[in-house]
Amino acid sequence: MAKLKKSPWLLHYDGSSCNGCDIEVLAALTPVYDAERFGVMNTGDPLQADIFLITGGINTQNKDVVKQLYDQMPRPKVVVAVGVCACTGGVFKDCYNILGGADSVIPVDIYVPGCAARPQAIIDGVVQAVELLEKRSEEHKAMKKNKKKGA
Amino acid sequence: MNMILRIVGYIVLAPIIGGLLEGIDRKISAKMQRRVGPPILQPFYDVKKLFNKQVILVSRSQTFALISYLALMILTGAMFYAGMDILMCFFVMSTAATALYFAAMVTSSPYATMGANRELIQMMAYEPAVLLSCVGFYLAEGTFNVNEIAGSGKLDIIFLPGFFVAFVFILTIKMRKSPFDIATSHHMHQELVKGLTTEMGARNLAIFQVTEWYENVFLMGVVGLFFINGSYISVIYAIVAILLVYFLEILIDNTSARMKWENMLKITWIVTLFTAGVNLLVLMLVRVA
Ligand code: SF4
Repeated sequence: MAKLKKSPWLLHYDGSSCNGCDIEVLAALTPVYDAERFGVMNTGDPLQADIFLITGGINTQNKDVVKQLYDQMPRPKVVVAVGVCACTGGVFKDCYNILGGADSVIPVDIYVPGCAARPQAIIDGVVQAVELLEKRSEEHKAMKKNKKKGA
Repeated sequence: MNMILRIVGYIVLAPIIGGLLEGIDRKISAKMQRRVGPPILQPFYDVKKLFNKQVILVSRSQTFALISYLALMILTGAMFYAGMDILMCFFVMSTAATALYFAAMVTSSPYATMGANRELIQMMAYEPAVLLSCVGFYLAEGTFNVNEIAGSGKLDIIFLPGFFVAFVFILTIKMRKSPFDIATSHHMHQELVKGLTTEMGARNLAIFQVTEWYENVFLMGVVGLFFINGSYISVIYAIVAILLVYFLEILIDNTSARMKWENMLKITWIVTLFTAGVNLLVLMLVRVA
């Protein structure tokens, strides 16, 4: 635990989910599961977020929004798809307006299955995301150093 | 020499104390909500992380405005702990707040702009109480000089209970606590997103955070000034008072929902005028008699 990055801030975006997964994401922040003990904070601001939690599939209207949010997040960042809808499109897959899972527009790092995904699974996904974030931040540091040397 | 030592002490220790206070704040808040809560050092982890993130700037001048905010706030606190004029300290603090306003305004983001405008309204709400407190100190001690007020041998709180109530009341605004956290929202997903700080990310948000710590330590110093009279035992009174006030702020934060700015302005002015005003009248009468 000591090596994990200690302050992952979440950005939670509801794609075209049925809201089931969103309720579970919020449940993870309630006193019962208390994600804040890991330093997790739910921020509404992409500029300040480290982990992008996305629920629900991508449709023709929100694909630009999701891309935009992803681009606004500073590196290092990790994307977590919560629920089968965000993973593959789920029960809505064959709808006329659904393009597929979150990975149809942005690179997804961690897939949390379930319909709806359970809070335990979501926290587990976030903890894995934090590990990945740690790795990414090393890469980011190395990249910054290289840039400085190059300049 | 002593003065330089105190200034250096403030510059070095204030962020540490401010960060710890915020950590304890978050822990106590969590306990009040029956959660485990983050570790006490969490605010430091947050700031360290923010410094290591990629810097995306909406506007370059934001960094400049934020650094001015930090520098002016350090100046405020340093002047206060060095024992200079208290009125001057509060003027510099207002200038610092203006720098923060510009830091949010330059981004021209709707949320940040709205937050910045509300910050100005907040200033309007707390400024009377702040100035009246200075007047109170002057009436009680005959001086604005912090050193002389602290070393006079008089226990100011006995003369200034009304001013103290008014000052503690506006602390809720200055510390950005609910119900008066109208310029920024500490909790996610409110109508302002993050208000004033919406367009601050990475390094800039870290600067903002550290400045808040400096500010809190300065404000707590003013709370302490009501209790200090130069003797050693009064320092203990001051520390107890500061901790109690801080706890009160956390309690208020956790038990109230945020207000509309109109109500905030009304309530703070009424409370200020009533408590500080009555206290002022009594002090004047005593002086005349
Ligand atoms: S995975 Fe299930 S619960 Fe979650 S958004 Fe999709 S349909 Fe709803």
